[in-house]
Amino acid sequence: MNDSALGWWGVPLAILGGAIRASTPYLFVSLGECLTEKSGRINLGLEGNLVLGAMSAYAVSYLSGSPWLGVLAAGAAGMLLGMLHAWLCSYPKVNDIAVGIALMMFGAGIAFFFGKPYIQPAAPHLPAISFGAWSGSAQVRSALEINVLFVIGLGIAPLLSWFLSNTRWGLMVRTVGDSRDAAGALGFPVNSVRAVATMTGGFLAGVGGAFLSLYYPGSWNEGLSSGQGLIAVALVVFAHWQPMRCLYAALLFGGAGALGPALQSVGVTGGYYLFNAAPYVLTLLLMMATCSPERTLSGIPGELSITK
Amino acid sequence: MKISATTSYPSFLLRLYILSRILLVSLLMSAPVHAGGDTVVGFIYVGSKADYGYNQAHALGADAVKAMPGVKVIEEENVPETLAVQNSMESMVNLDGAKLIFPTSFGYYDPHVLSVAPKYPGTAFLHAGGLYQEGKHPANAGSYFGYIDEAQYIAGIVAGGASKTGKLGFIAAKPIPQMLRNINSFTLGAQSVNPKITTQVIFTGDWAMPVKEAEAANSLIDQGIDVITMHVDSPKVIIETCERRGIYSSGYHADQSGLAPKGYLTGAEWNWPMVYTGFVKMLQEGKPLPHLLRGGLKEGIVKNSPYGPAVGKETIALANAAKAKFMAGDMVIYKGELKDNKGNVVIPARQSLPQTDIKLESMDYLVAGVIGSTGS
Repeated sequence: MNDSALGWWGVPLAILGGAIRASTPYLFVSLGECLTEKSGRINLGLEGNLVLGAMSAYAVSYLSGSPWLGVLAAGAAGMLLGMLHAWLCSYPKVNDIAVGIALMMFGAGIAFFFGKPYIQPAAPHLPAISFGAWSGSAQVRSALEINVLFVIGLGIAPLLSWFLSNTRWGLMVRTVGDSRDAAGALGFPVNSVRAVATMTGGFLAGVGGAFLSLYYPGSWNEGLSSGQGLIAVALVVFAHWQPMRCLYAALLFGGAGALGPALQSVGVTGGYYLFNAAPYVLTLLLMMATCSPERTLSGIPGELSITK
Repeated sequence: MKISATTSYPSFLLRLYILSRILLVSLLMSAPVHAGGDTVVGFIYVGSKADYGYNQAHALGADAVKAMPGVKVIEEENVPETLAVQNSMESMVNLDGAKLIFPTSFGYYDPHVLSVAPKYPGTAFLHAGGLYQEGKHPANAGSYFGYIDEAQYIAGIVAGGASKTGKLGFIAAKPIPQMLRNINSFTLGAQSVNPKITTQVIFTGDWAMPVKEAEAANSLIDQGIDVITMHVDSPKVIIETCERRGIYSSGYHADQSGLAPKGYLTGAEWNWPMVYTGFVKMLQEGKPLPHLLRGGLKEGIVKNSPYGPAVGKETIALANAAKAKFMAGDMVIYKGELKDNKGNVVIPARQSLPQTDIKLESMDYLVAGVIGSTGS
């Protein structure tokens, strides 16, 4: 059976593989956004970070020959966009959502502008760790090729969760996010905390972009992100601002996205638009199941401009 | 200053006169008249000009037009198949004075070209896709179309010769007639080598979905498919995924052999520079533009990438023999009795449809041996 068809077993395998392969950008962006929103700001511009990160990573990896330098460049580019967002929002009466949308366009725009020469060349890729060496099946081995960035993302989720609930700095972030007045009374530098949170979030989103261009699907082009950054921002609401739930949501989304192609490959040929919409349908259903008119969303930071 | 201070009444008249001249001049300016006399030609792309695929193939054609004397080329990329393309076309006519516009994406034609063209009879709108209907559509519209399925038929022969599992994969965007024809011709070409071969189709739903395309390629490879070809705008991701997982690939739109030095078999490519310079020359010489321009391998509108290192000698001989028949003009891909993959006879026995037959351009079936369906 090693080199032949998997048949219906291909579907769960594709979902597992998809969860591992396609979830990383969602994971990084939603963790970054989770931290930013915990500090009381919404940065809708992370789609721009993702695209700009993907482009910078690819360009730097191609020019320097080192994909890890590319990852750093992607993070730095994302951090710069985050800094811009934090700086603009530090002025009174500036709406963070509007700034975010503007930065999303800006990030994508400069990525397209500078990215033109890098669409054709092939850049060195990030390495993957083979967790499937035990298996005799080439398909399983391929599904368990796990990228290092995914492993790092797996580590960041509990770390961020621990940071927010167990450290003094985490408490500071949450206080700043819940009440500007209370934070001010305690002497916390509100704008600085938010700036650091937004820049860190921007860094993570940029790294998510590096995964897109340097591992999976593994090349730079203008349609690369196709809205994944926006979905990831929505995932934070879905995850009720908890980093561990962001991880589960990202895995769910990556796996559900593989459903459409996998079903077609085993001969379920009808309704592929419907199956391709599976991640979104799933999100809607889960949102409906977890929402209640009786109470507000748990975990929502009080300073977010959508709640004010 | 002096005039207005001393004689106020004539100065009022003078101002009125000047104003009327300015109005007149500005009215003249707004008409699309160009001082230099250069013919303005517009190109509109649905994606990036450098996508290693569909749009790049067209942009290479635009580059060839740029090199012609007396022509000014204007281009706009990333224009979606919505009202946006109508705005693009109108501003190319009104602001740039374009005499000839090439909206290059399939979805631009109906309803967008059809509703803009009647408003500007002085400009020709030529669309890539072969949808023009004589008598029904505006006289200044037209379409051109390459029988790229001929190149896909050749690619099918090569794929059939290279496949060990007898299972081919086709990653497709949307089930439009041109797409179905490519899938069918690819399959029929492969079946001419090995009658039992099958082609598994995956529709991704849109022209550029890199993550979904990579997922589709992985799913197909997991099912034991060992040659994949595609009809999406930017085949780079699929070709690279195939190479990484060690199976064969066959390219589309442009030559992608550089991306997969080991597994690239061949590919079906466009030759737009020839088509576009031809149209512009006709326009410059004042000749009427054809409403429908068609051609395949013989006319040089499509071609195949050079064979990759994995293609065997026997397969090359078979592919070249078929190519020679196309060049001679006596190759017929679609002939009876041909059944679709639901068992219905789509072309009865003893009937054959040559490449130019208009019926082939409204193809709505997948031939026997293709696993997939045309519905959404």
